[in-house]
Amino acid sequence: MIHMQNVVKTYRVARRDSGAKAAFFALFHRKYDLVRALDGLSFDIDAGEIVALLGPNGAGKSTAIKILSGILYPDSGAVECGGFSPARDRMRYTREIGVVFGQRTQLYWDVPVGDSYGLLQDIYDVPEAEFKRNLSELTELLDLKELLRTPARQLSLGQRMRCELAASLLHSPRILFLDEPTIGLDAVSKLAVRQFVKVLNEEKKTTIILTTHDMQDVEALSRRVLMIGKGKLLLDGTLQDIRRDGESLDESLVDFYQGIEGFDGKEE
Amino acid sequence: MKRHGFRLYRHYLSLSIRSSMQYKSSFWLTMLGQALTTISTLLGVIFMFQRFPEVKGFTLDDVILCAGIVQLQFALAEMWARGFDRFSQIVRLGEYDRILLRPRGKILQVFGSQFELSRIGRIIQGVLMLVYALVRIRLRWDFLRVLTLVNMLIGGTGVFTAICILRAALCFFTLEGLEVMNIFFDGAREHGKYPLNIYGDKFLLFCTVAIPYALVQYYPLLYLLGRRADWFLPFLPLLALWFLIPCLLLFRVGVRHYQSSGS
Ligand SMILES: Nc1ncnc2c1ncn2[C@@H]1O[C@H](COP(=O)(O)OP(=O)(O)OP(=O)(O)O)[C@@H](O)[C@H]1O
Ligand SMILES: [Mg+2]
Repeated sequence: MIHMQNVVKTYRVARRDSGAKAAFFALFHRKYDLVRALDGLSFDIDAGEIVALLGPNGAGKSTAIKILSGILYPDSGAVECGGFSPARDRMRYTREIGVVFGQRTQLYWDVPVGDSYGLLQDIYDVPEAEFKRNLSELTELLDLKELLRTPARQLSLGQRMRCELAASLLHSPRILFLDEPTIGLDAVSKLAVRQFVKVLNEEKKTTIILTTHDMQDVEALSRRVLMIGKGKLLLDGTLQDIRRDGESLDESLVDFYQGIEGFDGKEE
Repeated sequence: MKRHGFRLYRHYLSLSIRSSMQYKSSFWLTMLGQALTTISTLLGVIFMFQRFPEVKGFTLDDVILCAGIVQLQFALAEMWARGFDRFSQIVRLGEYDRILLRPRGKILQVFGSQFELSRIGRIIQGVLMLVYALVRIRLRWDFLRVLTLVNMLIGGTGVFTAICILRAALCFFTLEGLEVMNIFFDGAREHGKYPLNIYGDKFLLFCTVAIPYALVQYYPLLYLLGRRADWFLPFLPLLALWFLIPCLLLFRVGVRHYQSSGS
């Protein structure tokens, strides 16, 4: 279903010395620093799996999601998802996927959430019957009834995240990408999100790839864990491969991260 | 997918307008601010004409007519191409990621992303300037004059839309360098209200062939005022729409350089 092989992605970051003069000359002659976010990343994911991407800040998880969802082209390496080349087949491929970025919103801030959904129906050309069915199902599962008439700006973070999940599923995608879906949520909301993701995977067989820094998300959801460090795959296994006796999962994870060669605990 | 392009745009439009209706007080404040800007623009022109009764053959009323038309061209472009106008923000806030995640054309989505209703204030003021000048000048109206005016608005909105797209395209290459572009853009707004020949022949030539600004301003203005009668002048502003093509192409090239923004 999802295939990534030897993927390399480098960002060019403009280096800018301070001062107006430097800013002016930077217009003509710019210097770039290259940040290698993915450095030969390879993995395969089957249809119907839930997989968690783990790794310290700056490891390249979000970059991997952006490449898998077609936002960015890889510099080199092969990417294939559900028979498509994500960035190249953007127009057809994006109908098959849903994407949630926990730090951003895809809802209109100032109109009722339900109206944002109506726009999504038009964007994806979802037939009326399918749209109604999906919406009522999602409303039920995510308890959205009260929220549909509220503008997104009046929602709490937890309420908004439930609305975001629904927004990314109205067109019945086969693959769902979740980048830090539980960030900033309280315990109750986290549970709701986890519960929903689990049901979605079991009943619809939706393939789910998520990133998180919350070990309980991983414990609750995914059998399989891909550990990424410095843009490389460090481990493809289960939580049991990380856990050490007599330590909490978080402690084991810290040990693991510290074992990543040269890891200094800071973003690069 | 193209089938529903127009319908989708209307849907975007209605959400955009309803969003901006939420902020009534800021809407009125914006209108007030725009009124003050327009008044200071007009005062600038009037002071100048107190010292010189004529500028290169144009009277005060002629210049007010020209300024009114330019104001309308600018405001219409900023209203409907707001997505390109604020494109650096769209990139910075990661909204462009979202655009790439939708199975729709990127350019349609950027146009749809925001419709700036608040420009309506500038539009009303532009119309007022236009009407005032037309009443004072006492033009003899005929079909071709009306057509000239309409084409000036269409062509001018097109040229300024193209410039917005050009600025947006540059965001893909450099986010810092935009400051310079903005100075250029604001300069054009400030000085573009005078008939372009007052800046000299070389500048007029530049604004004819490089950036086709004179095609939507100086030449058709001559026709409108009855100074020239060449048959092609009423249609000249539409020719200026060619400028959209290189700007859209540059945007397409820029898209390939897109590298998202960190979360
Ligand atoms: N748009 C960008 N432009 C430049 N550099 C970027 C960009 N996005 C990410 N980077 C850099 O690439 C590297 C990988 O970033 P990425 O966001 O993929 O990490 P991550 O694993 O998602 O981290 P986190 O856990 O903090 O979300 C980092 O060094 C980051 O600074
Ligand atoms: Mg991330």
